[in-house]
Amino acid sequence: MRRPGHRGLAIGALATIAALLISSCGAGGRPEDGEGGGASDVGVTAESVKVGAHFPLTGVAAPGYSEIPTGTKAYFDYVNANGGVHGRTIDYVYRDDAYNPTNTSQVVNELVLQDEIFAMVGGLGTPTHSAVLDFLNGEGVPDLFVSSGSLLWNQPGKNPQTFGWQPDYEVEGKIIGQYVKQHMPDAKVGLFLQDDDFGDDGEKGARAYIGDQIVAAERYAPGNTDVAPQIAALQAAGADVVIGFNVPSYTALSQLTAMRLNYRPQWIYSNVGSDPALVGSLLSRFSEGKVTDAAMLDGAITTEYLPGVDAPENPWTRLWQKVWDAHGGRGELTNYRIYGMSQAYTFVQALQAAGPEPTREGIVRALEEIGGELRGPAFVPYRYSADSHAGLAGVKVVRIEGDATEDLSQVLVTGNGDTEITEYTEQHAGPPQNGIPNVQPAS
Amino acid sequence: MRAVLRRLVPRSLLLRNLLGVVAGLVVVVLVLETTSPFRNSQFATMSYYAIAAAGLTVLTGLNGQISLGHGALMAVGAYTTALLLEGGSVPFPLAMLAAAAVTAVAGVVVGAAAARLHGPYLAGATLALAVGVPGLAIYFDGLLGGEQGLSVRSPRPPDWFADAHYFLTAGELGGAKYLAYVGWITLLVVVLLLANLMAGRYGRVWRAVRDDEVAAELAGMRLGGLRILAFVVSAACAGLAGSVLAMVVRLAAPSGFTIVLSLSLLTAVVVGGLGSLTGALLGSALLVFLPPAVTNLGTGAGLTGVQAAQLAPLVYGVVLVVVMLLAPGGVMGLLRRLWRRGINQGGST
Repeated sequence: MRRPGHRGLAIGALATIAALLISSCGAGGRPEDGEGGGASDVGVTAESVKVGAHFPLTGVAAPGYSEIPTGTKAYFDYVNANGGVHGRTIDYVYRDDAYNPTNTSQVVNELVLQDEIFAMVGGLGTPTHSAVLDFLNGEGVPDLFVSSGSLLWNQPGKNPQTFGWQPDYEVEGKIIGQYVKQHMPDAKVGLFLQDDDFGDDGEKGARAYIGDQIVAAERYAPGNTDVAPQIAALQAAGADVVIGFNVPSYTALSQLTAMRLNYRPQWIYSNVGSDPALVGSLLSRFSEGKVTDAAMLDGAITTEYLPGVDAPENPWTRLWQKVWDAHGGRGELTNYRIYGMSQAYTFVQALQAAGPEPTREGIVRALEEIGGELRGPAFVPYRYSADSHAGLAGVKVVRIEGDATEDLSQVLVTGNGDTEITEYTEQHAGPPQNGIPNVQPAS
Repeated sequence: MRAVLRRLVPRSLLLRNLLGVVAGLVVVVLVLETTSPFRNSQFATMSYYAIAAAGLTVLTGLNGQISLGHGALMAVGAYTTALLLEGGSVPFPLAMLAAAAVTAVAGVVVGAAAARLHGPYLAGATLALAVGVPGLAIYFDGLLGGEQGLSVRSPRPPDWFADAHYFLTAGELGGAKYLAYVGWITLLVVVLLLANLMAGRYGRVWRAVRDDEVAAELAGMRLGGLRILAFVVSAACAGLAGSVLAMVVRLAAPSGFTIVLSLSLLTAVVVGGLGSLTGALLGSALLVFLPPAVTNLGTGAGLTGVQAAQLAPLVYGVVLVVVMLLAPGGVMGLLRRLWRRGINQGGST
């Protein structure tokens, strides 16, 4: 009896050693960057700049979000086909983390240590990206335009490499709160919140204006698909306006649950949760075909900071359509792809500002210097400066009408904390003629 | 030749296993020193999967209890580590031991319940554990950080270790490499302890309980106690694995400990070969190295990023099915079969 066991151990040991040796031989060798000729920093060669990102390409968060990097890639391909930035093409690698922070840390290791990217551009998700925040800042990798509206990305003292991009949830909450206070002063407001920073920041913003109107705040745990207790509690509290800081799948779930409970408040969804196309497809899937489109969302209020597919005549949407037709893969242009293209546009601006010999330090400094002056597809400017790494400054409030939206407010801008909300009056300029920004190198 | 080898190997089992572990340590140092920081970080990842899988293979392979809840036990270890390291005053080896101890206590509770259950009922109970425990982190979000989880201070190499490393290899010790060392040294210690345990009295009685309960009971073994003990040993390993995971990933968040983690551990153990520590190692290697390799192959073959990402789970599934069909004993079962055939053929000469 004993012999086979020992032999097994011996074979096992040999096999492990062999496996370890083989796996270590793998792609272990690393390409040495050429010393001269335009290799100004990691990931930069004379011909190209390599950037990377993590996205949920598989799993529950993949619908919608997995389209963002395809948009980003299409715009980079468009820029590359038109000569690149300072003569370099942009090489974009994105990897799947399935919206699981454990995976995020692995794929970001891969991006930074193996692919040797120059910068992260648009890594998605609050729980996922917070797992790699320390690592990226510790390694000195510029961590640009995180695809999440958490306030975490604006900590220039602690995380000097990290920059936000979209309007943060507090700013959005404040603007929605002010709109409700002005236009529905007698409404009883219920909050439907994702139980993390997303819901907390949004609630903080909204409470600053309508703290006395809020009659209930209900939270859901992402992953739990039964929201009936929360919606029933909002109904019981008599809320006739419900503000949701939730992701698209929970927009669909809250709509279906409210329909079952015969509860018809005025719905207000944050920008993140309101994409009509995605919500429509989710509604049809969750209801097993009983609801076939996003008509349920008709009349719901949300916010906007980018011109989307609902405005096909907007010069920016026309540019995105042109880029997608020429360089996109299969599928239609969607708001998620526009989101990715807009981030890519901002990165091209930042890379131009970093000058002909870009360095990691240089691109961060350039964004701090001139980031506040950059104008692009968004209605509002960024809040970048040496003391602030916060993204876009505001949104406008809109109502969903079929496939389009109708403006309910001017474009409004504000900041975090006590900063007042002001109207933003600068005319929103269209894209440059060739669709590629032309930012002069910062000093 | 074989006789010479046998004479060189010490008679005592402990010494023999110790020798194996020292040889393993040499290999680990060689491999970690010659590979890139990215490979180091992959080896760090592999180490925590392997620690948990080694514990699970003892439970499932040796004692015949299935557990679909080992991911939850890893969560207990990870959160314990995160809470202890938060202040910065607890040294990390102490936090690791505490994580193992706390998880072992959780293992007593779960094991006591599990010892009364069999087959599908046991699977169901442990499945409930895997689904329920991450929810605790969301419920007690004040202490455990809710959905976003707790960030963990990764240990920095102490000066003496960095100096010794520089003295030996004349290379700088990066964070990824240090964590890989921590993980692999932990793994080697775990393997040493488990190998001794498996070869000794407890290994024998666990096997006896697995193979025939009635016979074992007639022989005077107390089934309940033995089952609980196996669960506790296995849980302590899972806790240690969770602790290493927390330090490597720098985060303890509920989304990291879903049912998928528990199932991957079980597949690692089954693909490697049930009841074999080496099999657990091989299975973990597959978990870590296969998906990125497939994704890169896919991208190389001209697939888009999204398609390549979707290829990885597909290939993983296919590998599982193929292993189950062609080598139901796992990789180690296959190797053993080949080895025996080799002996039978070579025996005549």
